[in-house]
Amino acid sequence: MTDMAKQDAFVAFERVQKSYDGETLVVKDLNLSMPKGEFLTMLGPSGSGKTTCLMMLAGFETATHGAIKLDGVSINDISPHKRGIGMVFQNYALFPHMTVAENLSFPLEVRKMGKSDREAKIKRALDMVQMGNFAGRRPTQLSGGQQQRIALARALVFEPELVLMDEPLGALDKQLRETLQFEITRLAHDLGITVVYVTHDQTEALTMSDRVAVFDDGRIQQLAPPDELYEKPQNSFVAQFIGENNALDGTVQEVRGNRCTVRLESGDVIDALPVNVSKPGDKTRVSIRPERVEFNPELGPDAHTLEAEVLEFVYMGDVFRTRLRVAGRDDFVVKTRNRADQVRLRPGEKVKIGWLPEDCRALDAT
Amino acid sequence: MSDATAGAAPGHKKASAAKAAEKPGPMVDAEGRPLKESLNRSLRLQKMRALMLIAPLLIFVLLTFIAPIADMLFRSVQNGIVSETLPRTTHRLADWDATTGDLPDEAVYEGLYYDLFIAAERKLHTRLGSRLNYEMTGMSSLFRQSGRSLDDIGDVYFDQFKDLDPNWDEAMPWAELLGDPEWIAEMQAWDEDSGETMPTFELADGISDLLPLTAETYSAFADYVQSEDGDSPLQEEPWVLVHTALYQDLMAKDVSGYNGPQAAMLKAADAAVGGFESVTFKDGMEGVDGDWLDHPTWETIQMYSPEFTNGYFLNAVDMQKTPDGPAMRDDDQRIYGLLFKRTMFMSLMITGSCILLGYPIAWLLSNVRVRTANLLLILVLLPFWTSLLVRTSAWKVMLQQQGVINDVLVWLGLIADDSRLVMINNQFGTIVAMTHILLPFMILPLYSVMQTIPPTYLRAAKSLGATNWTAFWRVYFPQSVPGIGAGSILVFILSIGYYITPEIVGGTTGTFISNRIAYHISSSLNWGLAAALGTILLALVLGLYYAYDKIVGIDNVKLG
Ligand SMILES: Nc1ncnc2c1ncn2[C@@H]1O[C@H](COP(=O)(O)OP(=O)(O)O)[C@@H](O)[C@H]1O
Ligand SMILES: [Mg+2]
Repeated sequence: MTDMAKQDAFVAFERVQKSYDGETLVVKDLNLSMPKGEFLTMLGPSGSGKTTCLMMLAGFETATHGAIKLDGVSINDISPHKRGIGMVFQNYALFPHMTVAENLSFPLEVRKMGKSDREAKIKRALDMVQMGNFAGRRPTQLSGGQQQRIALARALVFEPELVLMDEPLGALDKQLRETLQFEITRLAHDLGITVVYVTHDQTEALTMSDRVAVFDDGRIQQLAPPDELYEKPQNSFVAQFIGENNALDGTVQEVRGNRCTVRLESGDVIDALPVNVSKPGDKTRVSIRPERVEFNPELGPDAHTLEAEVLEFVYMGDVFRTRLRVAGRDDFVVKTRNRADQVRLRPGEKVKIGWLPEDCRALDAT
Repeated sequence: MSDATAGAAPGHKKASAAKAAEKPGPMVDAEGRPLKESLNRSLRLQKMRALMLIAPLLIFVLLTFIAPIADMLFRSVQNGIVSETLPRTTHRLADWDATTGDLPDEAVYEGLYYDLFIAAERKLHTRLGSRLNYEMTGMSSLFRQSGRSLDDIGDVYFDQFKDLDPNWDEAMPWAELLGDPEWIAEMQAWDEDSGETMPTFELADGISDLLPLTAETYSAFADYVQSEDGDSPLQEEPWVLVHTALYQDLMAKDVSGYNGPQAAMLKAADAAVGGFESVTFKDGMEGVDGDWLDHPTWETIQMYSPEFTNGYFLNAVDMQKTPDGPAMRDDDQRIYGLLFKRTMFMSLMITGSCILLGYPIAWLLSNVRVRTANLLLILVLLPFWTSLLVRTSAWKVMLQQQGVINDVLVWLGLIADDSRLVMINNQFGTIVAMTHILLPFMILPLYSVMQTIPPTYLRAAKSLGATNWTAFWRVYFPQSVPGIGAGSILVFILSIGYYITPEIVGGTTGTFISNRIAYHISSSLNWGLAAALGTILLALVLGLYYAYDKIVGIDNVKLG
């Protein structure tokens, strides 16, 4: 991160650490800065510290070390209700004893807003999430998706510049989730708000975000736009966590510029792009996306190919998914598009496979 | 709107609509029976099974809870004792108009004499005296006294009959005159040691027509001798009451046609009674006790003649029956209204104190880690492990004038030694001790409700801009109201009927209505009044419960 970017940052975590029990660090040295208007997603397995980060930002947990800045000002000592950050909780946290309208009115009332202003804003917020007809209902009289819309409206009704969402769609079914994903991104974009979004669903992260921060073990493993995250994972964890991935373990044999050769445990040798390796003898795990593998490749004279045996062929409509035995492993997957000329392999058949060296990334051996 | 099923729905609807059009009328099941019927059948089976499961509890509750309450309700209006003990009197008194100021006529006194005599022999008159004493003081001694000197009236006739023929003071001639000859034979054949029961007395044929009063009283006598004493009427001289009855019968009836056993003796007596010295029953009763000529005595008896009475209830609300209908008692005799009000007031105070003290504790319990919460919960429940009596007595030690708190205050110099605070044997003492004792009943429901309120609500409120104060009052507190409701109902209902603690630390000003109920049950033995007070208390509780339901809604009560 350059100094320039740091000054521009709307939200910034600087060397933030967090421990609940004084023994283990739940968040380890977190550095993050985001400009105004960005939609940033924290993605990671459960227990990786995403919620903790969000809670520190919202002010419900205090950082053990480091500073959290909002618009250039440290908010460590500002109490939550003065931060003006909108928040959507996983279980919606709609007040059950208030109607939808009263729920939305709450943040406006505590801001001492006049009645007519309030009503106008509530109406606008409800219309925004297409729930205009539900003002008089109680939260328990709404479906999960409707409750989530109301929670969203409530977090937006007082027009915060920053909105935090902690797995807001986690409890909904797939179809509803997709509809709401779309709506949330649209709203965020239309309103120009900055969003920190937490999820453990990588599809959600990839489809919604400007940038994704992949969390594991209390650290950001990679912070990048979705395409870069998918195509250029910086380490094995990210490669494995985002999308489908073929991983092969081996040792670097030779590094030549932006090419290297890797000897796999089976003895086979392949071409790869050195990412986390620098010299021969480094242990590595290479990562190849299933759709970047080619059958019987024509790659040039000195390219390496591997022998593979087809174990399973699955017809999935738009793509074919072929599982192969490669270099002694049974879980190598290749995806091919359903084209008229695409061969359909049968279990038991033997094929050669290969890839462009830049599609095969030699990452750290975990 | 998310309409995941929208695509499939219309076609489906159309299909079922078409089906419905084909088959008008009620839905039927696979075997052609109406669907409702087979549904009901399967539900009935379920219901039966459920009923079987709860049957033991149901029976237990019926026996130990519903039945005593029903008995209590019944007892509070039941008043059979007057008409059972004085059947003739109450019957004849029914026509008497108390408002004229005249005493009842001779017939009533006659009935009274007969009733009272039999009751006195059976030792029932004192019970009745105690009963009527609740309504009018002096009744108890009147009845006890009358039972003792009632023989005076009968002795007048007894002596004259005896002088006429000593056989009138013998058991056997009386038995022969009035008893069925067969019965006498059986009686003579009966061996006391055989273990068989004595043949029951039977009147001779026709004697009831000839000597109705005599027959009636002798029957009562024989019955009493046989069943109460286990003696033979053949060996016991009858009560002087029977002589009185015989005198009246002979004066009224013609016995010349009689030729059964002892006809000669009877006819001789018949010839002589005309010249007997006699006494009216009214004069006789006056001789027994002058109070029998008091108008209020008769008013009371007449008022409490019916088998059911509202007297206990009137009494329980500081009213009394008068010939002009129910009226308030004199000011200095009103105690129950005050007691009810005090019970309500103090129960409310106790409930309020429990809320104030219990709420923060419950909050703490539900906001610390589970292990700490469990530990604290044990502390909350600790008082339950000590005897109620010990806890209450401990408060006595704490609060009395030479007690711990006063000592400390004096030692600190906050109060002078000669002006120690009075904190016990008054309302303060009762409220303090009972708040302590009932506190767990407030904390537990509060805690279990608070546990179910996720902390995210408070966080949500704060993230929306509410201060801690606003977040608590507008978001947390309303959600904890069901716990407050449940706790309050528990504490209030428990305290309204509490007895031991006010008894020990309440003195005279800090006692509850239940202490009065206990007094009537165990000391004054006025169970009817105790039952009426209990019934009113029950009605009050139900009324408050109903009011709570109307105002707060009983759905809003959560115990967990
Ligand atoms: N209030 C808390 N007290 C103690 N430990 C906590 C608390 N909240 C979270 N943790 C721990 O911190 C770690 C990270 O949790 P969290 O931030 O909730 O992860 P995520 O949201 O990514 O699933 C977990 O190991 C969790 O057990
Ligand atoms: Mg989480």
